[in-house]
Amino acid sequence: MNLILDLARGMLRRRRRQTLVSVMGVALGVAFFIAIAGMMRGFQTYFVAQIIDVAPHITIKDETREPPVQAAVLAAPEGAVSVRGVRPQDSIRGIRGAGEKLATLEAMPGVAAAPVLGGQALLRYGSRDVSATLLGVDPERHRRVSNIEKDMSAGRLEDLRATANGIIIGEALARRLGVGMGDTISAISPAGVVLSMRVAGLFSTGIQAVDQGQGFVLLTVQQVLQNRPNTVNQLLVRLADVTQAEPLARRIEARFGNRTESWEEQNQNILTVFVIQNAIMYSVTGAILLVAAFGIYNIISTVVFEKTRDIAILKSLGFAEGDIQRLFLVQGLVVGVLGAVLGCALGAAMIEGLAQVRFGVDTPAGQDRFVLSRDWRIYLIASGFAIASSAVAALVPARRASRLDPVQVVRGAA
Amino acid sequence: MTRRLAAEGVTLVRDVNLSFGHGEFVAITGPSGSGKSSLLYLLGLLDRPTEGQVLLEGQDTVGLAPPAMAALRLKHLGFVFQFHFLLPEFTALENVLIPIRKLGALEGETARDSALALLEGLGLAPAAAKLPEQLSGGMRQRVAIARALANNPVLVLADEPTGNLDTRNAAAVFDIFERMTQAEGRTVLVVTHDPDLAARATRRVHLVDGAVVSDTRR
Repeated sequence: MNLILDLARGMLRRRRRQTLVSVMGVALGVAFFIAIAGMMRGFQTYFVAQIIDVAPHITIKDETREPPVQAAVLAAPEGAVSVRGVRPQDSIRGIRGAGEKLATLEAMPGVAAAPVLGGQALLRYGSRDVSATLLGVDPERHRRVSNIEKDMSAGRLEDLRATANGIIIGEALARRLGVGMGDTISAISPAGVVLSMRVAGLFSTGIQAVDQGQGFVLLTVQQVLQNRPNTVNQLLVRLADVTQAEPLARRIEARFGNRTESWEEQNQNILTVFVIQNAIMYSVTGAILLVAAFGIYNIISTVVFEKTRDIAILKSLGFAEGDIQRLFLVQGLVVGVLGAVLGCALGAAMIEGLAQVRFGVDTPAGQDRFVLSRDWRIYLIASGFAIASSAVAALVPARRASRLDPVQVVRGAA
Repeated sequence: MTRRLAAEGVTLVRDVNLSFGHGEFVAITGPSGSGKSSLLYLLGLLDRPTEGQVLLEGQDTVGLAPPAMAALRLKHLGFVFQFHFLLPEFTALENVLIPIRKLGALEGETARDSALALLEGLGLAPAAAKLPEQLSGGMRQRVAIARALANNPVLVLADEPTGNLDTRNAAAVFDIFERMTQAEGRTVLVVTHDPDLAARATRRVHLVDGAVVSDTRR
C-alpha cells in the first residue's frame, strides 16, 4: 500500500497546478459549508436556547389530547352505540389533583415544577385598555422553572408577595398603558371580577408577544380574579437535561392523562423552519462540492490519459487491475483529504472573521453579532462529504485505468 | 497454441508449439506483422491464446484469473520494451524498486541494496539517483533491463529492446542478455529485426504469418 501511495504522490506532483486547483475547489466547498453551517447552527442553537430560556420545558395542561370516551361507549365497547354531538361538560376546568401531581413531578430527579393559573384579563389605566394574559404564579416555585427574573428590569418575583395585589408586566405593555413602577391599574377578568393592582415589577424578554401581552400575579390573587378558587390549569416543568423533554412529556401524559407538551411540540413550526433552512444549506454547499468533484474527476481523467504508458508498464510488471484502480482512487482521496484539511482551516478562519462582524443595531435581545457554532461535528460532516465525493469522482477514471490492455498500449507506442 | 482476434477475424499466431529451456537465449525474428510481438505477449502472460496452452514451469496459465496472472508476471517474468517505459517522476533506483516493493519479499534496506546491486551490475551506479529524463537513451534502456530483473525472473521477454538504440548501445544490451543466459541461467526471448543481433542468440525462431517456419539452434 505504501508503494501505491508513493506512486500516487509522484503522479500528482507532476500536475502540481491542476492538483492545487482541485484541492482549492474542495477546500472552498468545505470552508463555505463550515461557515454557513456555523451561522445557521449558531443561530438555531441561540434561538432554541432563547425558547428554552423563556418557555418551560414541559407544559402540562388541563385538557386531554383526545376527547374523553363517553360512558355509554365504555359500557358497550363492541355494541352498536353511536354518540354524537357531545359538548364539553361545563365542569370546573383545571388540573385535578394538581398538588399530588406536583409532588410526583418534584420527586423525579432533575425535575422542577410549578403550578400556574393562566387567564385573560383586561388591564385598564385611565382610559387605556390592553388585554393581557395573566399568569398566577407561586414566586418561589416559579423562579425554578422560569428565567423571567433574569429579564426583569425592575423589581423581583418575590415582590408579588410583599406588595398587596402586585403585578409584574412587560415593559412594552407598561408603555402601552402609560404606567410605571408603583402605579395602580385595574384588572378586569372575563369572570367579571375587578381588582386594582399595583405595578411591582417590569420585564423585557426581547420576545414581543411576551413583553406586550403578559403579566404575572400571585397565584391566589389570580384565583380570586378569575373566580376559580383552588384551581391550577398548568403545571410548568423545567429539566436539568433539556433533551429529555419530549420522552418525559410522553411519560407524564401517559401517567396523568393531561395533555402534556414539550417545548419541541410547542415550537414545532419554528423547528420545521429550521429543517427547511438546513435543507437549503445542504443543497447550496452540496452544489459547491459537486463542482469540486467534477474538478477531481477531470484531473484524475487527465492523469489516467497521460499515464497510459505507465499504467501499461505497471500492469506488465505484475500490478493487478485492483492495484491500478487503487492507485488512481488514492490520488482522488489525496486531493479530497488535502482539500478537507485546508477547507477546515479556511472554514475556521471564516468563522473567526464572521465573529468580528457587528451589525451596529441593537436588537431587543441585545444581539448585534452573528451567533456562531464551532461544533466539531460540522467539520466532520463537511470533511466526510468532501472525501467521499472525491472518492466517487476518482472511481470512474480509476476503473477505466484498471481495464486498460497493456498489449494495445505497448503496440501503439512501438 | 493459436491466437485469433475474433472481432477482426485475424489470426495473429497460428498453431505454434514451442518450448524453451533454462538458460536459452532465443531470438524471435520475422517480417513486420508476422506475429512476433503477439507471440511474446502470449508467452509473457499479457495475452491469452484462443486455443491451446501456455505452460510456465509446468503450470498451465490459461485458466488463471487476471490477478493470478499478474502475480506470476511479478514473480517470474521480466519485460523489456522498445521504449524504456520508466516512470518519469521517479529516479532510476526508485523505478527498479517498484517491482521489488510490489512483490514485498525484501524489506527496506535489503530491497534498496538489491536494486543498487542490479544497477551496479549494469554499470549504472552513478545513474541511481537520477531521473529518467537526465539519462541517455542507452542508460534508460539498461535501467529498464535492471527493472525487468528486479525480482530475479526465470524468463525475460524483450520486444525490440534495441529498436531505439545506436549500434554500440544495442551491442551492450545483447552483452547483458548473453550474460543473463550464460552466467545466471535465465531464459531470454528477444523479438528483433536486426539480423546481426539475432545471430548472437543461441536459438532462432523465425515466424511468417503467425506460423513458425524455422527453429534453429546454434
